[in-house]
Amino acid sequence: MRTIRIGSGAGYSGDRIEPAVELAEKGEIQYLVFECLGERTVALAQQARMKNPESGYDPLLEERMRAVLPLCAAKNIKIVTNMGAANPAAAARMAREIASSLGLSSLRIAAVVGDDVLAPCKQHDLPILEFDGTISQFGNRLLSANAYLGAEPMAEALDAGADIVITGRASDPALFLAPMVHAFGWAMDDWNRLGQGTVAGHLLECAGQITGGYFADPPYKNVADLARLGFPIGEVGEDGSLVITKVAGSGGGVTAQTCKEQLLYEVHDPARYLQPDVTADFSQVRVEEIGKDRVRVSGGRGTTRPSRLKVSVGYLDSFIGEGQISYAGPGALARGKLALEIVRERLKLTGVAASELRFELIGVDSLHGSQVSAHANEPYEVRVRVAGRTDNLREAIRIGNEVETLYTNGPAGGGGVFKSARDVVAVASVLLPRELASPQVEFVAGATQ
Amino acid sequence: MKLREIAHSRTGDKGNTSNISVIAYDEKHYPLLLEQVTSARVKSHFAGVVEGEVARYELPNISALNFVMGRALGGGVTRSLALDAHGKSLSSSLLDLEIEPGGNL
Repeated sequence: MRTIRIGSGAGYSGDRIEPAVELAEKGEIQYLVFECLGERTVALAQQARMKNPESGYDPLLEERMRAVLPLCAAKNIKIVTNMGAANPAAAARMAREIASSLGLSSLRIAAVVGDDVLAPCKQHDLPILEFDGTISQFGNRLLSANAYLGAEPMAEALDAGADIVITGRASDPALFLAPMVHAFGWAMDDWNRLGQGTVAGHLLECAGQITGGYFADPPYKNVADLARLGFPIGEVGEDGSLVITKVAGSGGGVTAQTCKEQLLYEVHDPARYLQPDVTADFSQVRVEEIGKDRVRVSGGRGTTRPSRLKVSVGYLDSFIGEGQISYAGPGALARGKLALEIVRERLKLTGVAASELRFELIGVDSLHGSQVSAHANEPYEVRVRVAGRTDNLREAIRIGNEVETLYTNGPAGGGGVFKSARDVVAVASVLLPRELASPQVEFVAGATQ
Repeated sequence: MKLREIAHSRTGDKGNTSNISVIAYDEKHYPLLLEQVTSARVKSHFAGVVEGEVARYELPNISALNFVMGRALGGGVTRSLALDAHGKSLSSSLLDLEIEPGGNL
């Protein structure tokens, strides 16, 4: 039976780079996938593109490509990535320049475009899923609308001979499903195969999160050598069989436990994991350790794909102002509480217009609120944190300033003030009839055959 | 005993919804999870954090439960005022849940 090995070279945009080089060098992989696009990244990238039409793609594109391209070219490893963000065509042109500068001008580079569906979303004024209303209510605060594309256009690019495929918004598992569809010729209505392939993609998409990252909890869950964590490899057979493993000698570990945790990561109803290509069913999945750092995952299934594509809509939401200050030693908790009371009153007295405010003590109740943390012991040190939502930057700045003035006007021994004020680009979702999106593959000119 | 003794857990986020898996280390403890780690207990454990409903999905093949908690992330990951906007730290808190050991376990 034919088998391919797919490496996962990044689980988010800022992820470590050496593990991907290690995969290319020692992983015996045929495909290297970089998942680098967070929920709001496209909206932020779109803002950059509006200022400079040749920007809007992942800022680490060049560094990652320079690190892996020589190895990938030498070993014929195909790269699939969503580092195109808001501008896959410009990202592909940049990849072409990088390849040429490395003496690799024969590499064929394709961009998948067409995830930008701002125009049809506006035209049909689609309803927002997370709250009441339609996208017209964002008015000129609307920044971007990008559909989660499926595996098809990426597989098509690979079929046409691409060595590097760069997309914008695509479903994360689809980045991995595309090489499977390409290599095995799976039909796009073979729902069970696509469902099991989606299990593979879902397990691999967060890179280190299945090899021991986001997992260690000593002494119950120990993970060796997290500083040199190895990234995962999926061994996929043409029948959909799957083994998760990693490069021998790298840090971390692939176990039944790491695979189970990642299987359910960001999943709601496990029997209906909605994807552009399939409604995947994880509910009958089985996980079995078959060797050191080798876990077989089977039983993924699927049913008909949804008729509509999920679209991530980016918009300017509000501004957030924040300030922090620390207290330590005997009575730190009481002084921290006093500081919070002072700032609360100051924000009222000075009329800071905030629609939402948080007053909390880091080290005491900042993560889960005062009810959940009510029984905790008194800490040696506390850090006061006040954060508030405003509708302009000037008001947001005033929040941090009121924390800062605690230096000379607040309780004894306050130190280490930090303050910030920023605008908030948020995302919401709409569902777009899939015929309104038309993804296309564009090869970058300049490859010398 | 604490839930931490018999299960491990991971939190994920989508918009304003948080999901937490609870996975038995040993399949023999799955019935304890089924019996004692209910949606109602999870909702009450996260009083002040989770404002919406808590749904529970059962995965007997991997001895796991998946809790999906609505309106749990301060208005959504991308706009929350919270220090841990993703709610990544919620799973560790849930493992503090008290579990009554079963007679035959």
